[in-house]
Amino acid sequence: MTREKIALSPAMPKCWNPETKPHKFCPGCGHGLALKMLGEAIDELDIQDRVIFGCDIGCSLLSWDFFNVDSVQTHHGRTTPVITGIKRARPELIGIAYMGDGGGYAIGAQHLVNSATRNEKVTAILINNTNYGMTGGQMAPTTLPGQKTETTPYGRDPEETGYPTLGPEMVAAIAKEGAYVARGSIANLRQLKKFLKKAIQNQVDGNGFSFVEVVSSCPTNWRTNAEATWSFVEKDMAEYFHVGEFKVPGQKEEK
Amino acid sequence: MSEKPVTGERRVFMTGNEVCAWAALAAEADIMYGYPITPQTDIMQYWTRLAPKFGRKFLQTEDEISAGFTTIGGVLAGKRAFSATTGPGNVLFQEPMSMAEMMRIPTVVIIPQRGGPSTATVIYSQQEVTMTAFGGNGEGFRIVYSTAGHQDLYDYTIKAFNTAWKYRFPTFVLGDGYQAKMREPLTIYDPAQRGIQMVKTEPLVGLEGTPGRDRPTQYLRNTYNTEEELYEVVMEIARDFEKAAPEIVEWQDFDTDKEMDVLILAHGVVSRSAQGALPLLREQGIRAGHFRPITLRPMPEEQMRRAAAKAKRILVVESAYGQLLKLVQQSLYGLAKPIDTLLRPGAGVTAEEIADQVKEGR
Amino acid sequence: MAIRMVLAGEGGQGVQIIANILAESANAEGKEAIYIPNFGVEQRGGVSIAFVQIDDQRINSPKFPKADIVVALSNRAVNRTRQYVDGRTTFIYDNSLVAAAEIGAKVMGIQAVEADPRSQRQTEAVDDSKKRDQVELPGEAANIIGIPANDIAKNELHPRVFNIIVLGTLLKATEVVPLDRIKEAIEEKLGDKFAKNQALRELNYKALDKGMSLVDRLV
Repeated sequence: MTREKIALSPAMPKCWNPETKPHKFCPGCGHGLALKMLGEAIDELDIQDRVIFGCDIGCSLLSWDFFNVDSVQTHHGRTTPVITGIKRARPELIGIAYMGDGGGYAIGAQHLVNSATRNEKVTAILINNTNYGMTGGQMAPTTLPGQKTETTPYGRDPEETGYPTLGPEMVAAIAKEGAYVARGSIANLRQLKKFLKKAIQNQVDGNGFSFVEVVSSCPTNWRTNAEATWSFVEKDMAEYFHVGEFKVPGQKEEK
Repeated sequence: MSEKPVTGERRVFMTGNEVCAWAALAAEADIMYGYPITPQTDIMQYWTRLAPKFGRKFLQTEDEISAGFTTIGGVLAGKRAFSATTGPGNVLFQEPMSMAEMMRIPTVVIIPQRGGPSTATVIYSQQEVTMTAFGGNGEGFRIVYSTAGHQDLYDYTIKAFNTAWKYRFPTFVLGDGYQAKMREPLTIYDPAQRGIQMVKTEPLVGLEGTPGRDRPTQYLRNTYNTEEELYEVVMEIARDFEKAAPEIVEWQDFDTDKEMDVLILAHGVVSRSAQGALPLLREQGIRAGHFRPITLRPMPEEQMRRAAAKAKRILVVESAYGQLLKLVQQSLYGLAKPIDTLLRPGAGVTAEEIADQVKEGR
Repeated sequence: MAIRMVLAGEGGQGVQIIANILAESANAEGKEAIYIPNFGVEQRGGVSIAFVQIDDQRINSPKFPKADIVVALSNRAVNRTRQYVDGRTTFIYDNSLVAAAEIGAKVMGIQAVEADPRSQRQTEAVDDSKKRDQVELPGEAANIIGIPANDIAKNELHPRVFNIIVLGTLLKATEVVPLDRIKEAIEEKLGDKFAKNQALRELNYKALDKGMSLVDRLV
């Protein structure tokens, strides 16, 4: 059965775990796309036997057995320190911390900030889908102004709850030379893969912290059809969350 | 880097925190993660001075949550990793330690207890017993050694690494602010020369070979989908814990071989005062004995019951308001013995005070 | 024989150093010893206090209710250590720093630099403004030794060796540790500095001698 599945899915990255496919994410969820790009990046960099994949709580935890790479599912917000601990103990390994916006920007913000300032040689990947998906669609640090969620039923009021966190901008502002910071989107997979590859390569090269936010989708909690989902990702989110590289080692600081 | 930090045997005079750093070095600890908090900080300070000389590592984290989770990371990577914390820091450690408990991650944490609740004092107490043994959202499948002085700190810090790695439970060395800051003599030694073999560590992630091809991939998790799944997991941990308990429990008893008027129950540094109270009571014709649990989790229940059965009554003494008392009541359940108490939360107890309490309770 | 000591003073007066020297000397002598320094908030702006115990056998509790020797080097230190004094305590204080409300017949040692070393200065009635800063000495002590260590250090030696003078007095009065061991401990602690500056060694030993000369009887 399994073998047949592989044969029928030539596009599946080599480092994916075929036993757990098809994966468990909702239809239209951006996690699958991001993880596919990450899988291809791992394959192309040929580092499957060196990667330690850590995943957070929230929808990201569904990736705990996603890859054929040693994986550890941690606590909400705590993936960055677990991966940091592994990397510090065994620098030859490639540590990837995979989390959502709640894990990275709310409950685990102190770990993201301090890993960045310490220039930890780990790679953090954060899926931004503007809400807490696993718990049923509450407001996240990334929820857009006016966006309705389970805890902002009349729309997010920035006066009451502030503005969405701009993660890569923040990390780029505090990280020093050697860090790599970018924001990609599931709307541009080729570019997203390029960013992910550069982020991991940055760790392989021993330069410093690398961080990629992925603008992603959550049609289940957004209650959107395919068209509205893509429109939200490509228009509403794109307007607020600018895609691109914010910090690249060796590149002159713009200003 | 092959040079051993401690060779042969040596009588030294140092603070408890320095003792812990030397013990971790002697136990071949690879890396310490930590966040400053009094009275623990000196362990980190000694470690950061000594560790580089022997090729060991250190990371100062952003808080104790991170210190706990990075320690877990170090252990997952197959290294003898440890941390140290106390008080409010120990509160934050409960989150990572509950993960270690669930995933059987052999972390070692040294805890020189300070006063509580809240910020309280940075001096001394025995108020972190319940939290260290049972903190977290689970049953407390942990191993807790309670030390009574510098020799203990050295011996049990070394032992903690071996117990943790042999049985795969998070292991704690519970000290206190007095022991942390005071100087007293002890003998430090190379464990190997005393026939103590360090239990081999092994990685839980980052194993040899390509995962899924050369070997099964390591998938480590603490999340479960169904009641049945979780039940099986927790029951297996419980069975392992109960099976290991008789091999792990440690205790000391003093003058408990015959009938006693009173059995004094105390742990940690207060046990020294209890030992000091025995001759004072003997002078006054009171037959007193003392039982000291060294492991507070698992508790040497059988041994404690055996001693308690020979006493007319029990006196529980601790620098906390009933934390040891609860464990004693649980251990002695069904044994009809009156229990008297001397409970001094956050304050030291002297031998004289214990002797007075015995006489008063008579 | 168990000996329990409490030493207290203001930060920078060096009570922790002499406590440590006492404990280390006892340890070197093959005895059991415990030295507990001050803690926490007391380290910043409070009274610096040290607890030392020396015994032939293993010492039980690190803290104790009453001390055999109490050293107090400031008004605040006198108040902080009062609880450790009972009828068996030898109480040593610096009378050039501590303003005693009344000096009783128990007090021995010299009372001021300029005074006859064997004399006892009688206190006169003092005006109220002075009284506010005065502190009651613990009258219940078995012996009270007042020495102007601070003045002597300032005027005759160097302010830095103030604590060593106090140590000398403590040793002479109580013989708690043999002098040779104390000298070894001082060499261990300050040997590096002495090697660079021979005068420093002389200064410390002079201070020790001076401290010893301030009392003439064993208590």
